[in-house]
Amino acid sequence: MKQKKDRVSFALSLLTHIAAAITILCLLFIIAYILIRGVPNLKPSLFEWEYNTDNVSMMPAIINTIIVVLMTLVIAAPIGIFSAIYLVEYAKRGSKLVKVILLTTETLSGIPSIVYGLFGSLMFVISMKMGLSIMAGSLTLAIMVLPTIMRTTQEALVAVPDSYREGSFGLGAGKLRTIFRIILPSAIPGIMSGIVLSMGRIVGETAALIYTSGTVAQVCTNIFAPGSTLAVHMYRLMSEGLYTEQACAVAVVLLVFVIVMNSLSSYLGRKLVKG
Amino acid sequence: MSNMSEVKLSIQDVNLYYGDFHALHGITMDIKANEITSFIGPSGCGKSTLLKSINRMNDLVEGCKITGDFLLDGQNIYKDIEVNTLRKRVGMVFQKPNPFPMSVYDNIAYGPRTHGIKKKAELDQIVEEALRDAAIWDELKDRLGKSALGLSGGQQQRLCIARALAIKPEVLLMDEPTSALDPISTGKIEELTLKLKQDYTIVIVTHNMQQAMRISDKTAFFLLGDLIEFGDTEMMFSTPKEKKTEDYITGRFG
Repeated sequence: MKQKKDRVSFALSLLTHIAAAITILCLLFIIAYILIRGVPNLKPSLFEWEYNTDNVSMMPAIINTIIVVLMTLVIAAPIGIFSAIYLVEYAKRGSKLVKVILLTTETLSGIPSIVYGLFGSLMFVISMKMGLSIMAGSLTLAIMVLPTIMRTTQEALVAVPDSYREGSFGLGAGKLRTIFRIILPSAIPGIMSGIVLSMGRIVGETAALIYTSGTVAQVCTNIFAPGSTLAVHMYRLMSEGLYTEQACAVAVVLLVFVIVMNSLSSYLGRKLVKG
Repeated sequence: MSNMSEVKLSIQDVNLYYGDFHALHGITMDIKANEITSFIGPSGCGKSTLLKSINRMNDLVEGCKITGDFLLDGQNIYKDIEVNTLRKRVGMVFQKPNPFPMSVYDNIAYGPRTHGIKKKAELDQIVEEALRDAAIWDELKDRLGKSALGLSGGQQQRLCIARALAIKPEVLLMDEPTSALDPISTGKIEELTLKLKQDYTIVIVTHNMQQAMRISDKTAFFLLGDLIEFGDTEMMFSTPKEKKTEDYITGRFG
């Protein structure tokens, strides 16, 4: 009997080890593959300021990506964070309105990004006459990441113990002071993780951007000019079929981009918590 | 001690409802200045509920309705005093130590800062005074910049007392302040409470009858939302007037 139990537990532990190994190997394999294919193709000409068909420069796309990430977050983060504050700190817990908002955000986060692209193209590009532009693209992405930011912030706020709120109110502090001095600071790590998740989605998004910010490989001169991000740039290179090597190089840069952004935001998160 | 027998807080015919549940039934009692009054009774008897009404923490509870009057120095706390001013005058120490996730110094300074004190020198003085009053200055004076979450449970609770004292309240409410602490920390807090009554009026909820006997001048016994008996602690524990009180303090139920 005991032997049989041992064998079952051994088999289970073996299975979990194999599963973990497969997950890690997949990740390592993809990263290694991209690096091996991409790094040799990282030539200085890929980083020239102006794009043309000879250098296939990704510099404009890098700059556009940074602009789109910043603009999207500037639009989405305050709205997402403040709506989460409303839901947790002001709305009656378990009220109908809260339920409706939660259901809506859950649905929003499940919609395929191409649908956001369609909406953005019809709404911002055509109806609001923004044309294919960084602005239209950022607005579309902002709507797309809003549920993520709101939900993660909401969870972070709910996780702040009520004893902190009681302590603050008990000292005669008002709601505003309690939220900004006590609750938000303790919730910052959670909020930051939502922002990082959103940045990942923004950087990796193509479908929602192709029909809103366009595929033009140049730096946008103003926010109402079109411009492609790295992911869109890569999509275009691959669909033209002529620039697979360059696409791999772009993939390397995208990878570095995500890693840098993640570490930057966790660093910022720690800084903010300390301060 | 000229104000020894002054009534600090007068509770008059207070009924409290949580939704449909009638939690307190017509409570009337006077709490005297510079005395320690303890509320005892089995769980769910309404003692914590009454305590939390004194600084209106029950406002945070949805569906809570209160009738009757609480008069603090003759002023009605639900009508004549703004709620944040009331909580400045009536401080509270909670059952579980709840220091904020910030430094020891900032924990103590949070209250004074809330009420508009900005000057560093002034804050420094308040922090030191509050920590001294809470008998924890010697332990913490070298750790003012460290996170308060790193302190032991007993230290955290005394820090919370210091935090409450830093806004110079007139009344200090303590909701089972030692129930999460070991006997040594409990002893320190009891000793501290006895010292604090010179300057403050203290109301303490406790499950520990020895504690009520050791520190309080007056004791109020609650049962199922009724105030059964209220009087001098010594009298109450030696010759209770009510049968129910006697049953409870002799450990026959609860």
